[in-house]
Amino acid sequence: MRIGVITFPGSLDDVDAARAVRLAGAEPVALWHADHDLQDVDAVVLPGGFSYGDYLRAGAIAARAPMMRDVVDRARQGMPVLGICNGFQVLCEAGLLPGALTRNSHLHFRNRDQLLRIERADTAWTSAYGRGQTITVPVKNGEGRYVAAPADLERLEGEGRVAVRYVGGNPNGSLRDIAGVTSEDGRVVGLMPHPEHAVEDLTGPSTDGLGFFTSVLKAVVSA
Amino acid sequence: MPQVVVDVVLKPEISDPQGQAVLGALGRLGHTQVTGVRQGKHFVLDVEGTPDEAELKQIAETLLANPVIEDVELHLPTD
Repeated sequence: MRIGVITFPGSLDDVDAARAVRLAGAEPVALWHADHDLQDVDAVVLPGGFSYGDYLRAGAIAARAPMMRDVVDRARQGMPVLGICNGFQVLCEAGLLPGALTRNSHLHFRNRDQLLRIERADTAWTSAYGRGQTITVPVKNGEGRYVAAPADLERLEGEGRVAVRYVGGNPNGSLRDIAGVTSEDGRVVGLMPHPEHAVEDLTGPSTDGLGFFTSVLKAVVSA
Repeated sequence: MPQVVVDVVLKPEISDPQGQAVLGALGRLGHTQVTGVRQGKHFVLDVEGTPDEAELKQIAETLLANPVIEDVELHLPTD
């Protein structure tokens, strides 16, 4: 099982994402944004960071990178894609996920351990969890406020597209406490919190994040 | 060289915490006549030859602005 992690100029968490992939039992494959070759990976993780310094809009320029065209094409055919933090912003900008991430309502960068509730335990990246299960993983962002037009929010809720929700306090003013959403087919998931920073007792607040990376192993095998 | 201007602002229904922070500062400075601030982006594009409006519209709507959250206005040279 090969899981690609794409590095953009300004990515920060690509190494942690690759480590989480390895701890989950898969082979991480380093991919470079400017290339046009997904190297036969079975799934892709878009890591956190500040691609292109968040210029224009967070994730906007990275979403137009050559490699992203391949990711969009393969995702539309069902390849699992996980976007974490800046990676979530990239997925929204690339049109693979609905909505957008904007400046935190309080204007502060917020960095803390965050309680989340798994709302969808049947996506490619969340099947290791139970529906309604709460997990603790770090959150760290300045532009993490999830927004969408009111009608789109209603549709997303109706379709059960909210994958993860903040509980015990909303860190950034996201509408309806939305921390992460999924594509219609449940293969693409984006979230602002960082499961890849909660995969080992030594370095994280928990090992609750590992489930994202073990989930996809089953998703790829069963596809 | 012709210049094309593109203005981008958040849609009215999307809250603008940066604009609200500016409004707060204005209040503290005593500028009570200002009752609302929306912060946006202003792009000036140098264009070679006659501007191709359709292409510029596409640039404005697909890269310079995110239509999910932003409204965009394209200003072509008038002469």
